[in-house]
Amino acid sequence: MRAFEYVSAKTVAEATSLLYEKGDQAKPLAGGTDLIVMVRENRRQLDRMVDIKALPETNVLSYSPDTGLSLGAAVPCHEIYADDAISAAYPGLIDAAKIIGGTAIQGRASVGGNLCNASPAADTIPPLIVLGAICVIAGPNGSTREVPVEQFCTGPGQTVLENGEFLVSFKIPPPPRNSSSFYLRFIPRNEMDIAVVGAGASVVLDDTKTSFVSARIGLAAVAPTPLLAEEAGGSLAGQEVSDDAINAAAEAAQAIARPISDMRGTAEQRTHLVGVLTRRALTGAIQRVKEA
Amino acid sequence: MADKKEYKVVGTRPIRHDGVDKVTGRALYGADFHAVGLLHGRVLRSPHAHARIKSIDTSRAEAHPGVRAVVTAKDFPEVEDKIADLGEGAANLKDLQDNVLAGDKVLYKGHQVAAVAAIDPHTAEEALELIDVEYEVLPPVIKVLDAMQEDAPLLHEAMKTDEMGEKADKPSNIASHFQHKQGDLEKGFAEADVVVEHEYTTETVHQGYIEPHNATALYNADGHLTIWCSTQGAFAVREQVSEILQLPVSKIKVVPMEIGGGFGGKIQVYIKPIAAMLSMKTGKPVKVLMSRADVFEGTGPTPGSYVRVKMGATKDGHITAAEAYLAFEAGAYPGSPVGAAAFCVFSPYKVENGQVDGYDVVVNKPKTAAYRAPGATNAAFAAETVIDEICEKIGMDPLEFRILNSAKQGDIRIDGPPTPHVGFVETVEAAKDHPHYSAPLEGENRGRGVASGYWPNFGMASSVAINVTADGTISLVEGSTDIGGTRAAIAMQAAEVLGIPAESVTPSVVDTDSVGYTAVTGGSRTAFATGYAAYEAAQDVKRQMVERAAKLWEVAPEEVQFADGMFSTVNGKEQEIDFKGLAARLDETGGPIVGRGTANPDQPGPSIGVHVVDVEVDPDTGKIDILRYTATQDAGKAVHPSYVEGQIQGGAVQGIGWALNEEYIYNEKGEMTNASFLDYRIPTCLDLPMIDAVIVEVPNPGHPFGVRGVGETPIIAPPAAIANAVYRAIGVRLKELPMSPGRVLKTMGKI
Repeated sequence: MRAFEYVSAKTVAEATSLLYEKGDQAKPLAGGTDLIVMVRENRRQLDRMVDIKALPETNVLSYSPDTGLSLGAAVPCHEIYADDAISAAYPGLIDAAKIIGGTAIQGRASVGGNLCNASPAADTIPPLIVLGAICVIAGPNGSTREVPVEQFCTGPGQTVLENGEFLVSFKIPPPPRNSSSFYLRFIPRNEMDIAVVGAGASVVLDDTKTSFVSARIGLAAVAPTPLLAEEAGGSLAGQEVSDDAINAAAEAAQAIARPISDMRGTAEQRTHLVGVLTRRALTGAIQRVKEA
Repeated sequence: MADKKEYKVVGTRPIRHDGVDKVTGRALYGADFHAVGLLHGRVLRSPHAHARIKSIDTSRAEAHPGVRAVVTAKDFPEVEDKIADLGEGAANLKDLQDNVLAGDKVLYKGHQVAAVAAIDPHTAEEALELIDVEYEVLPPVIKVLDAMQEDAPLLHEAMKTDEMGEKADKPSNIASHFQHKQGDLEKGFAEADVVVEHEYTTETVHQGYIEPHNATALYNADGHLTIWCSTQGAFAVREQVSEILQLPVSKIKVVPMEIGGGFGGKIQVYIKPIAAMLSMKTGKPVKVLMSRADVFEGTGPTPGSYVRVKMGATKDGHITAAEAYLAFEAGAYPGSPVGAAAFCVFSPYKVENGQVDGYDVVVNKPKTAAYRAPGATNAAFAAETVIDEICEKIGMDPLEFRILNSAKQGDIRIDGPPTPHVGFVETVEAAKDHPHYSAPLEGENRGRGVASGYWPNFGMASSVAINVTADGTISLVEGSTDIGGTRAAIAMQAAEVLGIPAESVTPSVVDTDSVGYTAVTGGSRTAFATGYAAYEAAQDVKRQMVERAAKLWEVAPEEVQFADGMFSTVNGKEQEIDFKGLAARLDETGGPIVGRGTANPDQPGPSIGVHVVDVEVDPDTGKIDILRYTATQDAGKAVHPSYVEGQIQGGAVQGIGWALNEEYIYNEKGEMTNASFLDYRIPTCLDLPMIDAVIVEVPNPGHPFGVRGVGETPIIAPPAAIANAVYRAIGVRLKELPMSPGRVLKTMGKI
């Protein structure tokens, strides 16, 4: 590990200018559960870490059934799943927040960091995608912009963030009536693993809970970035809730997967699992609507 | 079962002597060691699986501020081309040296090439980047069968196969081939009603000890070298460092720190000679630590292998013939445990017609090291699943089959020696009688499997000294690293002899200057052999105490008895005194008492385990869940049953890991792609049920309390038992380890 400068930013503007000054030699720091490990293991060398977790804007956590969820980028997972109203409204996100690392890690690790790390296998990204989350990004000179989560990652470890920009928070719309969400991943063990494949689903059913109004499906670890399986989700709109409809959506999801073979699984295994997990994610979300 | 003796201390469960230190975090491990003026060493490792070193330029690193010394293979003294005995396994000294710092070639990614000592770890790490090594990259060969091909890239251009003692003409990656044969194989198979033959492969797996290797060395101006380190054998470190650096053993003191696991992987030296060389150059203490990736890529795992087993049996379940072909990856230098695999593969059974061929093959992977019953697990995975299929074909209960075919004392094994006194039948019966075996197993995709594991165990040399303390306790000095509770097990054997409680013994594991020669903690030998030495030392104390009592009472020593912790005499004087009372009177009867005991026992007594497992397979994902697990094992006599159970459970868990997910995964460049505990998947507590450990006690006639070693046997059976259970769950037989979800899906034809 090479020596680097650590600065705790007091304002969003200070943070953006501290980042801008050093270009790609600076990184924002929230929980640090990815960044510090990378720097310690020499997988990433930096001149400066800009700590953004003291900013009020990155610590916001507020939910209302009318406006939805505002989630600061530095809020650790445990604060999210400790909130009953948020847990009830966005169960798919909670599924993911509860399986990132162990309890101690969840006390530090943030959903924002999970997104910015831009791992194709990140657990919170598929649920953020299916919940329609929007990224609020701050940039130099007071600029801000908004980007849908499914457009945020551009490759493994790569994002749309430009020099001096950082992720401030997420806006997640309120859950529609008769809706729910679900996320699951496949790992070879019961803990301590990175997803071989992850799948998230959100569904909106009609009042009889027998037909889909709409659905969204998000996938992890099957492409250079997490994917929104738009056609797969879209194929369910207006359909009756049935094994056939679910299987067809799962096949459509498999069709957009373009996985690689690596130490976590082969491409064939991953494509197969996309089908299995998409079915299970949809079934899980439907079950939650029916139980609500 | 054989007769059982009653003991007062042996067989009880006292709190271990090192327990408080361990649970309060006060026990001192190698990484905790600190010395004034300490420098930090780091090692440069090969980025290539196979390459010729054209040049190494260390000048930029040497000039870097804060760097105090740089070493490469050029700093080694010349050594002879000879084989050194390392306790559990042996190694050619040139190979050993070459493995510590590469000479002409690097033979695996992670191979140590150079090392730096600097004022802090970060400076040392930075300096590594300033060492310029020019490589000529060569094609690697990773798998055993590929390495055996005639046109395979050669690791050692001059190496020729040792073919049953004769050297072959052409160079080859096959270091040696041996064959054991007995009876008439053809006749045996002709007599069989059922013949089953399959090919099996297993991947490289690591011991996965939690504590990485560490070493701090100080070379003093007077020519004495001291090494504080984590090791399974302080004397084995002394021998290896002595040979590698050509220093007399008397000039080297090795201080064993507490050890965070070894399982066979902490016998060979890697960074200990490097710390010593850096200290020799700087005159300062130098501490070298490995990272987890260093451990995976640079230290000995246990081999991947190709195994073919063929077995024939009659309809009524008698084995008529058995044949095994074992090809093991030695890693970068010869010395795989294929020999041990060969004597374990059919040893539980009486096989009159048999043949076993073994091949030791070098590949571009780290030189393999011992791992808990080295070689036996690979072999048993094949043999024990072939047996399962035979049982299925003839419709016989697999445990009945094992009882019917069990080797009895005196039955000649394929590899030559007669079967020693074993408790195989008793251990199978314990599994059969266990409620698990008869419990109903309901539900889809669930199955139950069984398998056995055999390990011969080892004896080897141990020394113990006992000092009698005036308050009636004893201090016990021994040289065996305590990995699995052996301080307690050894202390208890001395306490039993002297009629004192286990708590009255203070056991210490000491450095190589402070106790007689003691071989490594390995081969399941420690509770057996060092326990034997403790028994002898306690007998020596007893004899001297009897003399003192005789002196006190003015009788002849022959007139003093010792029983139930009391010295007494009846010859007209009716005197008695307990151990504590007599210990307080040593001064007036001649001074201190020191007991000494050495042992080199040659009847360690094999230990056999029989495992029963229930699994459930997710047919969509290929994931195997372990629902219930029972492991029975012959311990001879369990000195401390809790630690015997701990060994059985721990071994079973490592076997389960090997069965399910553990493997070195290589890319086409021969680079390991999963050198971390994230992607090298040992089981977590969430992946395991409680392992029910059942101790069977068939006393070993080769030990005063009947002890058999227990540490290694329990790793052998799990992969075969799980494969057999998976077959009953989903109807497919897996012949590759690990049975990871992807392999299960593939075998099921789902991908």
